[in-house]
Amino acid sequence: MTLLTTVFAAIVCTIVWYKNMPDDKMKVGILCFMYWGASLMWLIDAIAEYLEVQAEYFNPDPLSMLNDLYLGLSVVALGLIIWLAILLVKDPKGALRAALFKGK
Amino acid sequence: MACFLVPAAEAIVLTIARKVMLKEKDSDASKPVSAESVKIPFSRKLKWLTNLLWGGSALLAFEHVWHGEVTPWFPFLTAAADPGDAAEMLHEMATSGVAMAILVTIVWLAMLAVTGAAEKKEIEARLAAR
Repeated sequence: MTLLTTVFAAIVCTIVWYKNMPDDKMKVGILCFMYWGASLMWLIDAIAEYLEVQAEYFNPDPLSMLNDLYLGLSVVALGLIIWLAILLVKDPKGALRAALFKGK
Repeated sequence: MACFLVPAAEAIVLTIARKVMLKEKDSDASKPVSAESVKIPFSRKLKWLTNLLWGGSALLAFEHVWHGEVTPWFPFLTAAADPGDAAEMLHEMATSGVAMAILVTIVWLAMLAVTGAAEKKEIEARLAAR
């Protein structure tokens, strides 16, 4: 479920990134890399678990599925927080700088 | 257990390599621009890989904190406190961790192949336009 949540986040971010190309002033590319990187790494985890438990991998109990979804959503939120921090620090549009030093 | 440490280590090495590369490039700034200026600099391509590795490792590190495998106090990895768990952790790093780093690198190589083909097309188109 965590893998699925992250993959969906990566797909949505990639669509948004592509829609805004060639301009990436909002630095959505960072989010894409972050979510795709995590998705690829969790894919390895998923393969390892599948090799261990075989078909049972696709029948998780509801409680662990809910916990995994909760983790997945938390991961997406953390990714967004990291992206937001980078965006505000780099301030590619210069909007923050303009607002801070307005009238000075 | 600590599989994310392998891609994180790769990210550290490549980030340092990229910094060195950029420093050397800065000292070559006086050189004239070549006809291959259409090509994306390798340092930029390397940044794609470091972004994938850093981003993935950061989110995986959070997952390990979530599962109580990483703690903010010494020895930071709960498995490191017990020799039996430590051996299992090292085995996981050698299998899953290395596989993660390899898969991300393979995907990056595929990205390089695609952008390389696009660069070739662009150079050909520009040459034909002359």
